Amino acid sequence: MLHIDRLTLQLPYYQPWWKRRWATCFEQISLSLMPGEIHAIVGASGAGKSLLACAIMGLLPEGAKTSGQLVFQSEPLTPARQCQLRGRQLALIPQSLSALDPLVRSQRQVSWAARRAGQAKANAWKSAGQALAHYQLNDAAQRAFPHELSGGMARRVLTAMAHVSHAQLIIADEPSVGLDPRQRERVMAALKALADQGKAVMLITHDLRHALPIADKVTIMRQGQCMETTTARAFQGSGDTLSSGYAKSLWQALPDNAFSLPVAQVAASKEPNSA
Amino acid sequence: MSPTQPRLYAVAYIAFAVVLLSTLIASPLWLGAAPLQMQFDARLAPPSASHWLGTDALGREVWARTLAGLRLSFWVGISAALLGTAIALTLAAIATLSSKLDALISLLIDTLLSVPHLILLLLIAFALGGGTQAVIIAVALTHWPSLARVLRAELLTLRHAPYVCISRSLGKSRGFILLYHLLPHVLPHCLVGALLLFPHAILHEAALTFLGVGLDPNQPAIGVLLADAMRYITAGYWWLGVFPGLGLLLLVLCIDRLAFTLRRAL
Amino acid sequence: MALDVRLTHWLAYRLLRLTLVLFCVAALAFGLVMLSPIDPVDAYLGPQMAQVSPEQRALIAERWGFESPPAVQFGHWLRQLLSGELGWSHIYNQPVSEVISQRFSRSIMLLSSAWLLSVLVGFALGVIAGAKEGSTLDRVISGYAYITASTPTFWLGIVGVLLFSVYLGWTPICCAGPPGVLSQEVSLLTRLHHLALPVATLTLLGIASITLHTRTRMIALMRSEIATHAFAQGASRIDIAWRHGIRHASLPALTLAFASLGELFGGAILIEQIFAYPGLGQATVEAGLRSDVPLLLGIALFTALFVSVGNLIADSLYHLIDPRIEQGPL
Repeated sequence: MLHIDRLTLQLPYYQPWWKRRWATCFEQISLSLMPGEIHAIVGASGAGKSLLACAIMGLLPEGAKTSGQLVFQSEPLTPARQCQLRGRQLALIPQSLSALDPLVRSQRQVSWAARRAGQAKANAWKSAGQALAHYQLNDAAQRAFPHELSGGMARRVLTAMAHVSHAQLIIADEPSVGLDPRQRERVMAALKALADQGKAVMLITHDLRHALPIADKVTIMRQGQCMETTTARAFQGSGDTLSSGYAKSLWQALPDNAFSLPVAQVAASKEPNSA
Repeated sequence: MSPTQPRLYAVAYIAFAVVLLSTLIASPLWLGAAPLQMQFDARLAPPSASHWLGTDALGREVWARTLAGLRLSFWVGISAALLGTAIALTLAAIATLSSKLDALISLLIDTLLSVPHLILLLLIAFALGGGTQAVIIAVALTHWPSLARVLRAELLTLRHAPYVCISRSLGKSRGFILLYHLLPHVLPHCLVGALLLFPHAILHEAALTFLGVGLDPNQPAIGVLLADAMRYITAGYWWLGVFPGLGLLLLVLCIDRLAFTLRRAL
Repeated sequence: MALDVRLTHWLAYRLLRLTLVLFCVAALAFGLVMLSPIDPVDAYLGPQMAQVSPEQRALIAERWGFESPPAVQFGHWLRQLLSGELGWSHIYNQPVSEVISQRFSRSIMLLSSAWLLSVLVGFALGVIAGAKEGSTLDRVISGYAYITASTPTFWLGIVGVLLFSVYLGWTPICCAGPPGVLSQEVSLLTRLHHLALPVATLTLLGIASITLHTRTRMIALMRSEIATHAFAQGASRIDIAWRHGIRHASLPALTLAFASLGELFGGAILIEQIFAYPGLGQATVEAGLRSDVPLLLGIALFTALFVSVGNLIADSLYHLIDPRIEQGPL
């Protein structure tokens, strides 16, 4: 559905005064998202995951420089097409709960998302109610302001906003952050259900453990580089089928596994961080 | 606009403003007695090559009087702004010493803020009987409360900052904490506050003078010039009113932008 | 329910505070007037002072208690005040309360229409400028706002009179009605004609602060995650400004509008002076210039009440309207 071909993103920054320099946020990323699949993007903070999401949605800050190609449903995804498809074919579930407007009741916010996806006014209101009900949000929650909702409920409102747009590609940016295990499972199940409807889901997370139970494919990112793309099944046992050292040590470092950190790996992982 | 431009722009602007203002301050050096010199054969002359901005009813050059008026406004404004800032800082600092003093000072701030500035100015000018000093004091007394409110809030939050608590538990006196921990923090606020007070002070001084309770009408103040222009307004001597006000507008705009630029840079 | 109780307590506290502040204003104004070098008997007599002998002066001073200490005089004045007696205005030969109510009924037209217009126009301009930050439209609007914020009110009035009344002759040059016509006989249309230029001047100046404030709010919103999320839903800038922006910016704008009634009144004093509009502002200047102490005190108290109520409304708005109030005001 979405093919990313050697995508590179550079953002400008300014050394004191007037010299403009370029910071490479990610480099030569290639991925393919398939319908009906959950594709997890895993990496530490600063790996460029969220910017990748912005690049796909076309929400990069002004002045950003990109190279490489995006192909969506076998047509190039140009900025103009991104603008056209945003909210209709491409949907983003943002990372932060502050993406909800604190002054607007949840059903109204979801109906706005539906309106922006091209639905008629009366229809949008109804489908917003249905979408919220679909995510087990009752009447009271539909009438509530965001600050009256729990973290898990607010997260489901955000998911409902992506759901109501009937988008084919859904990017979920850190949907499990700050949730207790039960709430997290509910949100993850909701994403799984979206994939089962034939949509492509891109799941961005920093925690490999949260991604593995539902993901079909996993891409490990580090410092703006794509380390490895593999099936979720590859992460088992001692991780011998994993080809890159970073992915392997990431897997082995999990508490449930060996909990081991090879000395050389620690040194290697520290070094670029300080750079 | 790219993030680099504002800084270059800011430095260029500050330099420009400083040059402009120092020319204004130094104006008596090259202006001489021009603002007071009467030309009896050129009364109420419209703007022309020989009388750039025209002349008034006594044949005095409007441009020279405007410059002299701006210079006067500048000095009154800067004195009032500095005095106002000093009052604000002193009272805000006193407010941190005890909760009773704080309540008293807040009440004073609320009281002064609830009377419209111009009415308070009229009352103070009435009490002091007019004149340059009275205007400076009146403008300073009306303008300190809003700055004091900001400084007080700042100081009150700082008072509970960890490093202040540590200093207090080390047995330092209130005065020591105020002088060495709190004041250095609020001084930049004071500078910006004074600069922000400045344009208000100038505008209010001019308004007060215009109404006839401010500066001495013998002086070429902008308010006096404009009040003068009002007398000839129906006769169509437009240059009397337009240019002095325009000059004041430019002066205030110049200082306002300077304050804005400095606040961004700090 | 708990919210209601808290709100009532809060409101009661604020009303108490308002009374205290008004008392302080009275004390302050009285103190300032006492400081004045102008002799109170002269001030009382006004233009008749030459016709009065020294004995009569002493009598007047005794009758009005000018010789007693300031605290006693203040107490006397305050007692009169509480019984609704504001004193006698010698320049208008009317009780102060009547002067104020008459004049204010004329000023309120000017004040309210300028206030309403500047809030509406200022808010709209601020929303537009903030939604399209950095565009030409934004530059024009914020440039306009910065310039008018530095413009002396009375100068704009003078330029307005010169242009529209003297040269173009579109608007009358002064007053609230044609000279020689009783104010009761002036038709509504004539009244509006006389009001047009003063209102326009006052509005042009009032717009600046609301516009700049709203613009700042809008820019903050357009850079927030709320806007990014809306962009991700395919919303345009106009859509975001309309749906989210107006909600977020209207309360701060309204708060500012209520909190700046004092400035509006200050502007009205100058404007009324220039247009010779017989409102409360003009009476204030007359009282100040001709030492009408009771009128000056009465006006100071009245306007303080006016401004304090505005401030109270501004503070209450958040408590009454903002849905987030359970988490405390912003």
